[in-house]
Amino acid sequence: MNGRVTLAHGSGGLATARLVREVFVETFADPELDRLEDQARIVLPEGQPVFTTDAFVVDPVFFPGGDIGRLAVCGTVNDLAVGGARPLYLGCAFILEEGLALADLRRIAESMKRAADEAGVRLVTGDTKVVPRGAADRVFITTSGVGVAPPGLDLGAHRLRPGDRILVSGPLGDHGAAVVDARGELGLEHDIVSDCQPLADLVEALVSQVPVHALRDPTRGGLAAVLNEWAQASGLDLTVEEAAVPVRNAVRGLCELLGLDPLYLACEGRVVAAVPSAAADAALALLRRHPRGREAARIGEVNGAGGTVVLETPFGGRRLLDLPVGEPLPRIC
Amino acid sequence: MRYLDEFRDPAAARRLVAGIEAALARLKPARPLQIMEFCGGHTHTIFRYGLHQLLPESVEWVHGPGCPVCVLPRERIDLAIALAQRPQVILTSFGDALRVPGSETSLLQIRGQGADVRVVYSPLDALELARREPQRQVVFFAIGFETTAPATAFTVLQAAAEGIANFSVLCQHVTSPEAVRALLADPVLRLDGIVAPGHVSTVVGADAFAFIAEDYRIPVVVSGFEPLDLLQSLAMLLVQRLEGRCELENQYRRAVTGSGNRTALAAVERVFEAASGASWRGLGRIPGGSLRLRAEFARFDAERRFAIRASSAAEEVLPCGAVLKGRLRPERCPHFGTACRPETPLGALMVSSEGACAAWYRYRGRPA
Repeated sequence: MNGRVTLAHGSGGLATARLVREVFVETFADPELDRLEDQARIVLPEGQPVFTTDAFVVDPVFFPGGDIGRLAVCGTVNDLAVGGARPLYLGCAFILEEGLALADLRRIAESMKRAADEAGVRLVTGDTKVVPRGAADRVFITTSGVGVAPPGLDLGAHRLRPGDRILVSGPLGDHGAAVVDARGELGLEHDIVSDCQPLADLVEALVSQVPVHALRDPTRGGLAAVLNEWAQASGLDLTVEEAAVPVRNAVRGLCELLGLDPLYLACEGRVVAAVPSAAADAALALLRRHPRGREAARIGEVNGAGGTVVLETPFGGRRLLDLPVGEPLPRIC
Repeated sequence: MRYLDEFRDPAAARRLVAGIEAALARLKPARPLQIMEFCGGHTHTIFRYGLHQLLPESVEWVHGPGCPVCVLPRERIDLAIALAQRPQVILTSFGDALRVPGSETSLLQIRGQGADVRVVYSPLDALELARREPQRQVVFFAIGFETTAPATAFTVLQAAAEGIANFSVLCQHVTSPEAVRALLADPVLRLDGIVAPGHVSTVVGADAFAFIAEDYRIPVVVSGFEPLDLLQSLAMLLVQRLEGRCELENQYRRAVTGSGNRTALAAVERVFEAASGASWRGLGRIPGGSLRLRAEFARFDAERRFAIRASSAAEEVLPCGAVLKGRLRPERCPHFGTACRPETPLGALMVSSEGACAAWYRYRGRPA
């Protein structure tokens, strides 16, 4: 399919029908979409239904390790997963800027399909709007997801207990660093790749075998934002050992150059877990056995009452790991 | 990561701290020794690595005014805002300056209201923007010490060579040695040693700070920015006191020479001349403490091009000046952590990560 998106593609007429059929219905290949109705009928297995939605505006649209389509699937899948749910169905709404190359749109749709297959989730409904040039930037995607969590599974900051260990499933900051680098404003040469990946299988393995207390994916605001939200919600102090936090050398280098802190950089394929200390070794081993968690690490623990996050520096100094202020890196997801 | 990890080695840090403790035990100071780190980059390192917690109470860091964002006077921010509000102007700035509060608003706030304010990493990016958008006026908000002034100078030279008519500079470059002189003239400060700025010295050369030892009889060490650099510099200052020496030493030899970067200095000299006009927030006007474009390059001066001038500064009611001079510790300021916080800064010291107040704030509530 050659050419570019025009306002006619959003008119609801012939051009819209053709765009939907040739790009989305063909690529997503799902019987519910083939019906071409305004809704999808879904069947949920027994358990607690879980529902979420997320919008994606990343700039640039394509970056090393992913693109806005893969991100839009992984982001919503992961938001369901960290609630302990198995993601089952996704809906997706596209806002397209007039002039977007149809080849790019197809590439994004194909990437969404691959990510959905990887996550074991079906793309079953959607919507497309076109806005005049300048009213949006190329393509914005909103995805909503439905999943089912095991009955009785209760995860969240309210379950944190003093002594819990804090684990991460891999190196931090790869996504944020990859997107900044892909903007090409800095003229740096290295090979940072986004960690953008669906985590449903990893999380399912973890929660089915370990009594996990809380799970989060450290997206905007990075690890610092997740831990601060946990500390504030639970009223407990959290301690992080800086030297134990995994960060790739290339990401550290980029952060040094730009004055960024990797603990505040976004991830799109990592999970932070709080587990009882007795289960910490088993949880870490399980994560490391999984292909998406090979570089998992234990980085800290939950302490007594307080509500702050403290970083222990390699020198034995301690400092507060605060909530990020302002927006160091806009449009990262 | 080579060249960084070796300057952050905890075992080596412990050895240096042990040496500092031994030196202090021999010095037996009657009151805590006050060591000023002039540069905000050093302040940041001290807090980021918790160096102040590793040292005995008989030595105190006094945080100096060497943070270009923190010393930006309110009336200059107001001027940048006034320029940015002109429809033909694209105001370009380093990211740090966007959140600094002016009299009524900030660059970040007016950007939200439609002003064309863009963040650049280099003045050359601003010049490139001027080439790409010839129908607009691109103004670069040139802030910083001797570290950023050469880049502005090269950019102005480039603009002159290419005859680019829609590029200009709102100049707020300030110079470090003059600021140190102004500080040391304050009789309230009783410093026992000064850690001189490392990045500035890569440009101006370590020798530019020799006057601290010669004229004011205070030991001075030019330091790098890694934790081991700072600990070693502190140890060198203490050894000077133990041996009864008072001189300039250069700890940052891997980057700093005695005479500095001649090419950069020549470009600055060619484009700028010393001035006393621009005031420093908290320190007031410093004789020869700022740079302005020479007459030959006056056509690149945004204040002239747009015929605007800063209104006289409103009375500074905040105690930021006392903090900048090391007279008031940030946590003793009545606004600290209450009205003045990183998300709602009243003063610029709470804005930049190199500002003493922002650094203190992040460290507040230090657990035992």
